Amino acid sequence: MNVTVTVTVFLAAAIEVIEMVAIVVAVGATRSWRAALAGAGGGLVVLAALVAAFGTALRGVPIQPIRLVVGALLLVFGLQWLRKGVLRVAAQGWGIGQGDEDVDDSDVPQGRFDWTGFVLSFKGVSLEGLEIAVIVVAVGGAAGAPGSAVIGATAAVIVLAVIAAGTYRYIARIPRRALQLFVGALLSAFGTFWAAEGLGVSWPGSDLSLLWLAPLYACTGLVLLHFVRGWQSSAAVTGTPDRATSPGGAG
Amino acid sequence: MIVVRWIRAFVDFWIDFIVGDDWTVPVTVLVALLATWGLDRAGVPAWWLLPATVVGVTAVGLRRAARTTR
Repeated sequence: MNVTVTVTVFLAAAIEVIEMVAIVVAVGATRSWRAALAGAGGGLVVLAALVAAFGTALRGVPIQPIRLVVGALLLVFGLQWLRKGVLRVAAQGWGIGQGDEDVDDSDVPQGRFDWTGFVLSFKGVSLEGLEIAVIVVAVGGAAGAPGSAVIGATAAVIVLAVIAAGTYRYIARIPRRALQLFVGALLSAFGTFWAAEGLGVSWPGSDLSLLWLAPLYACTGLVLLHFVRGWQSSAAVTGTPDRATSPGGAG
Repeated sequence: MIVVRWIRAFVDFWIDFIVGDDWTVPVTVLVALLATWGLDRAGVPAWWLLPATVVGVTAVGLRRAARTTR
């Protein structure tokens, strides 16, 4: 076994797996664990089929158009959640009300499969997984040690999945409307990053840009939350017609 | 009929996924993506445009929603 290749691929894959796990946990905690895990499983199956079918040809898969489309879709969806999260927290506060049945889950279909959660999770896993597959094929192939590369990538997926499995219960306790605000910021950050990369834009600091994009959007939401309360108060005083009935809706 | 219902549900799903409550968001994002592409092609650093658009479109959308929601 080539230890250098294993460690290199482990570290490179770990960065992608962290992003993958962040999306799956976020979707699971805010929408439906069943849909999130099904989407993740679906993404992994598609990846396994791609790797089995194309092998080294994966190096030739154009990642930029995929990043652009997935990024743009995640961005518009993340912005919807950020907006709804701010409006719901402004209307109902951060905490769980007494006898409030814990969460406002009007946007998650009751008794039916949550396809939105499935698609979000599927896209996150398949895109990040595709990047991991390319890393495995490229590094493993270049070093002549594909087995060592596969071991490194598999170890990264298992280690980070175990960490996520150990921590998701704490995340699930956070009220959904608050989580929706922060997950909206997170999805928007991933969407911004991937869409711009898909257009060929170079980010200062490359992947590290996610470390300021997500906080920037979360802080924007928090600052706007303060303003929204003021705008709602002034609208109430001036008697603006109540055209929108709720900050909820689908999505 | 079942196929038509599936197609309609499929189309409705994607419209809801992309457009949601506010159609101005996807339109603004599309314009920002085109502008980012244009700037990048012209050799101008364009990484700042999408984050600035996100902040702007969120603020404008929330202001509009807050003034019509009590």
